[in-house]
Amino acid sequence: MINELFQKMAQSIIDGDSDVAIELAEQAVEQGTDPLEAISQGFVLGVNKVGEAFSNGDTFLPELVMAGEAMKAAVAALEPEMKKRGSERQMLGKVVLATVEGDIHEIGKTLVGTMLSAAGFQVIDLGVDVSSARIVEKTTTINANIVALSALLTTTMVKQCEVIEALEKAGLRKTVKVMVGGAPVTREWAQKIKADGYSEDAIDAVKVAKQVLGL
Amino acid sequence: MLLPKLLMLDDDLVEQIISEGIAILENPGVRVHNQEALELLANANAEVDFKTQIACIPERITRQALKTAPHEFTLFDLNGNPAVHYYGDKIHFDPGSGGLTIIDSQTERPRSPMTNDLIKFVKLVETLPQIDAQSTAFVCSDVVPEIGDLYRLYLALNYMNKPIITGAFRKDTWWTMKEMLSVVAGGDEALASKPTAVFDVCPSPPLLWSDTTCQNLIDCAHFLIPAQLISMPLAGATAPVTLAGAVVQHTAECLSGVVIHQLAKAGAPIVWGGSPAIFDMREGSTPMGAVETWMISSAYVQVGKALGLPTHAYMGMSDAKIVDTQCGLESMGSNFVAALSGANIISGCGMLDLESCLSYEKLVIDAEMIGMVKRFVKGIVVRDDPIALSLMQKSGHKGDFLTLPHTRKWYREEQYMTSEVIDRASFEGWKSRGEKSTFERARNRVEKLVATYQPNKITDEVRQELRAVTLRAANKFGMDTLPPLTQGD
Repeated sequence: MINELFQKMAQSIIDGDSDVAIELAEQAVEQGTDPLEAISQGFVLGVNKVGEAFSNGDTFLPELVMAGEAMKAAVAALEPEMKKRGSERQMLGKVVLATVEGDIHEIGKTLVGTMLSAAGFQVIDLGVDVSSARIVEKTTTINANIVALSALLTTTMVKQCEVIEALEKAGLRKTVKVMVGGAPVTREWAQKIKADGYSEDAIDAVKVAKQVLGL
Repeated sequence: MLLPKLLMLDDDLVEQIISEGIAILENPGVRVHNQEALELLANANAEVDFKTQIACIPERITRQALKTAPHEFTLFDLNGNPAVHYYGDKIHFDPGSGGLTIIDSQTERPRSPMTNDLIKFVKLVETLPQIDAQSTAFVCSDVVPEIGDLYRLYLALNYMNKPIITGAFRKDTWWTMKEMLSVVAGGDEALASKPTAVFDVCPSPPLLWSDTTCQNLIDCAHFLIPAQLISMPLAGATAPVTLAGAVVQHTAECLSGVVIHQLAKAGAPIVWGGSPAIFDMREGSTPMGAVETWMISSAYVQVGKALGLPTHAYMGMSDAKIVDTQCGLESMGSNFVAALSGANIISGCGMLDLESCLSYEKLVIDAEMIGMVKRFVKGIVVRDDPIALSLMQKSGHKGDFLTLPHTRKWYREEQYMTSEVIDRASFEGWKSRGEKSTFERARNRVEKLVATYQPNKITDEVRQELRAVTLRAANKFGMDTLPPLTQGD
């Protein structure tokens, strides 16, 4: 019975169906299933399956993103029960995510957020056109492990450098890793501004995030 | 809904071309170097001179043949499923055929193909969903030339499931090839009711039916095996230099083929096809990549449609000697023209060097082109009503379309998903994947695809019978044994 529920959970993620995922999460709570088990033995298996299919070229971004969205919805539905039980999902790390100041491009940044949270990172997405000060502030208050910065324009790319300098000034550079990405950003640029990680796309970002944290 | 379409000729011009074609059959008539065809024509009251072997065919006979020729037919795969529907503006693709060389994947230069090359090619065609039919792509150099045609079919039948476009080089080998098809189909009647092959038959320009090809045409008719007329006017050499003039000659040659074929067996399936070209005035060659060649082909396809016949074109090819930029640009241009002209089957993918060379790599690159042009001719489809108003009102300014079920529902219909042969990565992405050229990506894909090949379902008994039929033909020409087939298939 419980296995069947886990299978359905995985399937709801593969189908990218947030409504069904939430329904199954609620059902699990009613049945007294451990929410952490529902995640690790149910929903996450779906995420892994979709990720694998994407890597093999059998499935594409819409499936991947919808799986990520459904995963988020399922975890959110399980959260009250986790709080009640005093249990917490073991997260891989806390990520502050933003598109830098002067740049309003969102798609790539949001994709990275979806992928990171589906993989088990706690993502705080500050949105677009975010000032260095705000990024530093958030990093401090939540004690983030990673700051991930997106920029789509060559003119705003330099802001990534500015954020890193601001983090240094605030004395955070030793405790927080910085990842950069975006169309004009290259590995060389990342090295030049002394970022810790560079990722080519949203899928790769998960790998890089794990790498910079030594996971 | 508007489907994108290309028309080279206005209605009046089509009419004039047809009437000139019909008039040419009356005077000067057509040369027919085949006794059976001359008798058929004489019995139908055409004016036949058996000495000069010239037949002058009155309009009445031509019009009658056009009445009995079917407007459509279907080719079936070896499992008996319909695979290629010769009808209306439906388009399908098969590789170029009759090649003499293959591009070596390592040296990237042409060499003589062997048995294993054709087997690999047939397997590759099976794994490419964009390609609808097989062709007897090239002649293997490890068997005697006399069985070159039938040996290709023997190999193909062992490995194919898709139907095949083929052709015979001799009168007697046609019968061996028919026997092979019949063995696989389970008899002549089964083959006639669900044909798995089309035979190309080529008149010689101008206005000549050789004994061999004419006999092939008549024999196809008797067995209801579809015949494909491949008229090849060479504009400026063996045909008028004007493009319209070349189309007129093509019309006359094809019409004479339809007449002989329908006199042999009224109602037998026949295709209005061709492989015309302009004559290159510098090299003296027959460029398939020339824009004027495409124009002649597009125009004759339009003429064939006006006559209500299924159509074919040899297009999608290049004259480049290696898989390079010229190879890509000529193939893409030609594929687009062919698809927009609505030729029911377009033969040419994988082929280069003036219709003489094939390439595995070009085949998988061309498959991507075909995916693209097939998408293009499906046009812009309205999926919802209103088109986007409700969606935009619901989504507002969020720009979250990637996360909407609407996107997931439609994107695979709206977008042709290319394989890794087409590079759309960022520069860094391309770099991290090894900075590979198109050819290198194609070469990798060839190996990947061939490894996924699934054998066809013909029985061991049938395989043995096929081998016996082929060996008997080989013995006649002094070959005692056949090269072994790939192990483990």
